[in-house]
Amino acid sequence: MAVDERTIESDVRQFLADNFILDDDSALGPDDSLTETGVLDSMGVLELITFVEERYGITVPDEDTLPENLDSIARIVGYVERRLAEVGPS
Amino acid sequence: MSAGVAFGFEALRLPDPEAAIAEITGGLRRSAREFRRKGAVVGISGGIDSSVVAALAARAFGPGNVLGVLMPEADSSEETLSLGRLAADSAGIESVLENITPILEGVGAYRRRDEAIRRVIPEYDHDWKAKLVLPSVVESESYRLFSVVAQAPDGRIVKERLPLTEYLQIVAATNFKQRTRKMVEYYHADRLNYLVLGTPNRLEYDQGFFVKNGDGSADVKPIAHLYKSQVYQLAEALGVPEEIRSRPPTTDTYSLPQSQEEFYFSLPYDRMDLCLYAVDNGVPAAEVAAALELTEEQVERVFADIASKRRMSRYLHAAPQLVTGPAD
Repeated sequence: MAVDERTIESDVRQFLADNFILDDDSALGPDDSLTETGVLDSMGVLELITFVEERYGITVPDEDTLPENLDSIARIVGYVERRLAEVGPS
Repeated sequence: MSAGVAFGFEALRLPDPEAAIAEITGGLRRSAREFRRKGAVVGISGGIDSSVVAALAARAFGPGNVLGVLMPEADSSEETLSLGRLAADSAGIESVLENITPILEGVGAYRRRDEAIRRVIPEYDHDWKAKLVLPSVVESESYRLFSVVAQAPDGRIVKERLPLTEYLQIVAATNFKQRTRKMVEYYHADRLNYLVLGTPNRLEYDQGFFVKNGDGSADVKPIAHLYKSQVYQLAEALGVPEEIRSRPPTTDTYSLPQSQEEFYFSLPYDRMDLCLYAVDNGVPAAEVAAALELTEEQVERVFADIASKRRMSRYLHAAPQLVTGPAD
């Protein structure tokens, strides 16, 4: 599966729009914290992890479930790219 | 805090427990007058909170006007019933035993929970035990995602992180326990024209450690303004037996023993109390860190967890909302 940065960002934005009631998803900047802006709570994080694992065929191990990997659109994109480069989709 | 005195557990001490008891019993009597009820029902688990509420109710209404309801189920610890009886006897109140296992079986609580666990741990069976656990906020900055820990009959332990669907189903099925208990409490309250008393302490009430329309439901919550440390102070003043006061807090909800900090809170209750007090009173993280022998960064993570749980608990506290004003 060939995925580039823009595709991942678009997928993540669509996932957020489909699964969370956002006031205005276009206003969400790539570096905005998803937890501090109230988009994600702990259940939302779990949903995000499930989405990332299923969409890209990667696993997110416990030690990677960190804000530095998942707390903004840019961080999610970066994390998915790194994981795909490391292990490739399963 | 006075200048020169280090912040610590002393901040939580009630200066006059008897005055605190008088304030609560006066409040309970006012509520009964307002709602035209003549006594109170208390679900008693044998834990500190319900034992204190039972004793407070006995003082407020007289022991003859309080009913303790003991509601063990298949996963309850052996101590639940014996300590519950001890709490009722010590308060001098009548108690009734309502084993809620058949209701839970009838509604499929255990079956639905076990189905979800088996999707994550296929070998899990009825003779296994299980609980949900969270990683420590203090030890790691990772998100707090639930895992299921299951123990085979031979003692082998299996731990798996829970996907959202399975996590939600396990919690939803387990919530039947708290909701069934509340239903039974209201049966007795309705037949006796009594109030139902809720038993959350301040930490639980503030942080949403209850099930909506389950243990979160009540007519009055007489200790919801008190830190758990203060509830222990009242327990001593009210003569709650030592066996109850020395029992470590437990959720008593899953078949494997589960501490409250494994399931919900970041730290043991007395340390959580101090952090909650600090948040509410603007005490800097550095001072809390010194009192708890944690790093400032660890305390900041606990503060963030408190804020996060407060956001989440808004839903739990909310009364049903009307989308427009009431119809004329």
